[in-house]
Amino acid sequence: MGEKEILMGLAVAVLIALLVSPFASPWPDGLERVAKDQGFLEKGEEPPVFAAPVPDYSFPGICNKEWATSIAGFIGTMAMFGIGYGVAVLIKRRKR
Amino acid sequence: MHIPDGFLSTNTWLASWAISVGGIGYSIKKTAGVLKDRMVPLMGVMSAFVFAAQMINFPVMGGTSGHLLGGVLAAVLLGPYAGALTLACVLIFQCLIFQDGGLTALGANVFNMAIAGTIGGYGIYSLIAEDRANEKRVLAGTAVAAWFSVVMASILCALELAISGTAPLGIVLPAMAGIHALIGIGEAIITVSIITVILKTRPDLIYRPQGTVTVSLSNRDSLSSLRQGLS
Repeated sequence: MGEKEILMGLAVAVLIALLVSPFASPWPDGLERVAKDQGFLEKGEEPPVFAAPVPDYSFPGICNKEWATSIAGFIGTMAMFGIGYGVAVLIKRRKR
Repeated sequence: MHIPDGFLSTNTWLASWAISVGGIGYSIKKTAGVLKDRMVPLMGVMSAFVFAAQMINFPVMGGTSGHLLGGVLAAVLLGPYAGALTLACVLIFQCLIFQDGGLTALGANVFNMAIAGTIGGYGIYSLIAEDRANEKRVLAGTAVAAWFSVVMASILCALELAISGTAPLGIVLPAMAGIHALIGIGEAIITVSIITVILKTRPDLIYRPQGTVTVSLSNRDSLSSLRQGLS
């Protein structure tokens, strides 16, 4: 993969996270739907075992909901690129 | 279908954690042998893409949505084990930073989506795509595998819920599989669209297992894969 393609691939991911994520469907996903229909949703609504810093993809401290999602998506996507790349480098190094 | 804390019994989440830790360890071992230099940045791009795409819920029917799983997409490009690791990285990151999926349920989520969905999906893809020489077979394999990966993960999720005593199997299994049979159609459409573009622009990015050196590989790649195969 050349540098140009890496940047293009990353750009597509970043644009999706930045521009499309605020307009994603707010409806519950398949599991939430089933949990709701069958009445076990509240089992998952106790406080989580570990409190994550950016719950529900909403960057803290930003009032506008769309912007909060967009920024969380942007930072998450960039970080995820670094993590995926880093893990691959580590695995490659381990081999030698 | 990221399971939150509270849905799974202690025995269930402990067992799925153990299976997933083993699965990730095995995947790291298998990946180390086949990871080519050009796949390193691709793993970064795939991680970023799967993460971004998983934020995009699309409506599937009245009041229910779904999003890309991305396991088959990652596996078609990176192979089953690097694909599984990509999905595992995304799921761990989503859990720790965004509270998407519970920490106790992380083992089950990794097992359902990163291990069974991705490696299992790749197995189905491989059966249809054979040596990747025929574009139509690659696309057909991608479509079928993408659909199966979502349905398979949802069936495993239903089994875990039933074993945990959260919901009776006879009800939760058809409900989960039914909704995810629809979400799987979305998964197949998105995955096939992306693989179609890649086949047109960079067919060399499609993962080929060792031993299937094809004409579309450059001489350098053929030599290095031959060397890897011999060593």
